[in-house]
Amino acid sequence: MDIDMLKVILVDDDEDDRLLFKDAIEEVDMNTSLLLFDNGQEFMDHITLSGQSIPHLVFLDLNMPIKNGIECLTEIRQNNKLKDLSVAIYSTSSSEKDIEQTFIKGANIYINKPNDFIKLKKAISEVLKLNWQYHTSNLNRENFLLSI
Amino acid sequence: MKIYLKYDINVIFKKTLEEQLDKIGINYTINGLGEVEFMEAISVDKITQLASLLSIYGIKIINDHKSEVIQRIKDAITEMVINSSIDNSCKVSTYLAEKLGYSYTYLSSLFSEGTYTSIENFVILKRIDRAKTLILEDKLTLTEISYNLGYSSVAHLSYQFKKTTGLTPTVFQKIIKQRKETAKAQ
Repeated sequence: MDIDMLKVILVDDDEDDRLLFKDAIEEVDMNTSLLLFDNGQEFMDHITLSGQSIPHLVFLDLNMPIKNGIECLTEIRQNNKLKDLSVAIYSTSSSEKDIEQTFIKGANIYINKPNDFIKLKKAISEVLKLNWQYHTSNLNRENFLLSI
Repeated sequence: MKIYLKYDINVIFKKTLEEQLDKIGINYTINGLGEVEFMEAISVDKITQLASLLSIYGIKIINDHKSEVIQRIKDAITEMVINSSIDNSCKVSTYLAEKLGYSYTYLSSLFSEGTYTSIENFVILKRIDRAKTLILEDKLTLTEISYNLGYSSVAHLSYQFKKTTGLTPTVFQKIIKQRKETAKAQ
């Protein structure tokens, strides 16, 4: 049941944000693997490929061309094969309405994009560690909500 | 003059193991090669003693003992949180030490090494997880739920709920209800 590596994906169209995220996750003291995608369509094509191993956690940027974060989230939640995938929405909006709407659509985590590297690292670390608990302990995944 | 020997490595291993196990004076059975079961809880000191006795013969205790103890800690915490008849005011450290037969210091360092969290945080996580279930069942009031889970007040539960999830219990309940309705409508 134990997992030795947490498989993480980030989907974000902004190259700077992707690099920053990559640097931050590397500094978190945890065994992780990270895959990056720059738009929702590419990510959905990748993850629905047959025989593809399912990651533990995906961070979705909300505003992306071609296919945005909410569209990906909706598709993920309609796909039974992806029911164990935790979805973190990664957005600049901090409006309560936006947060609630993404949760209602099935997101597990909502991260208001931090504006400095230290805070980003802290947020990522918190999310990864909590998500790890959901994958290794008997906690109810349907009720997994976290807003930072 | 030379003599030639014939030997069975398994017999040597078993005999060596028995001799060393007898030295620590705890009832045991050898379940096939490579697995020893103790009939009572065994202290860390005894394990350390056994490890050093065996090391002379090149026998090592495999540390999957670690994941096993972690699992037992998690199970004991789950039982404590769900079973409201277990006295919630009793300290978690005392409860775990008594239940598992190890010192709390040992349990706590083992847990932190293997889980990316601490026992204290895991207890909070488990209590909040239980609170979520009870909130969604909608049978008990928040006051009853906080009492049930050993919180001193609703304020304390709400504070820890918000700290753990980023949401208040009320907003959480609203979101999950709407999510279920949306899923049904589709």
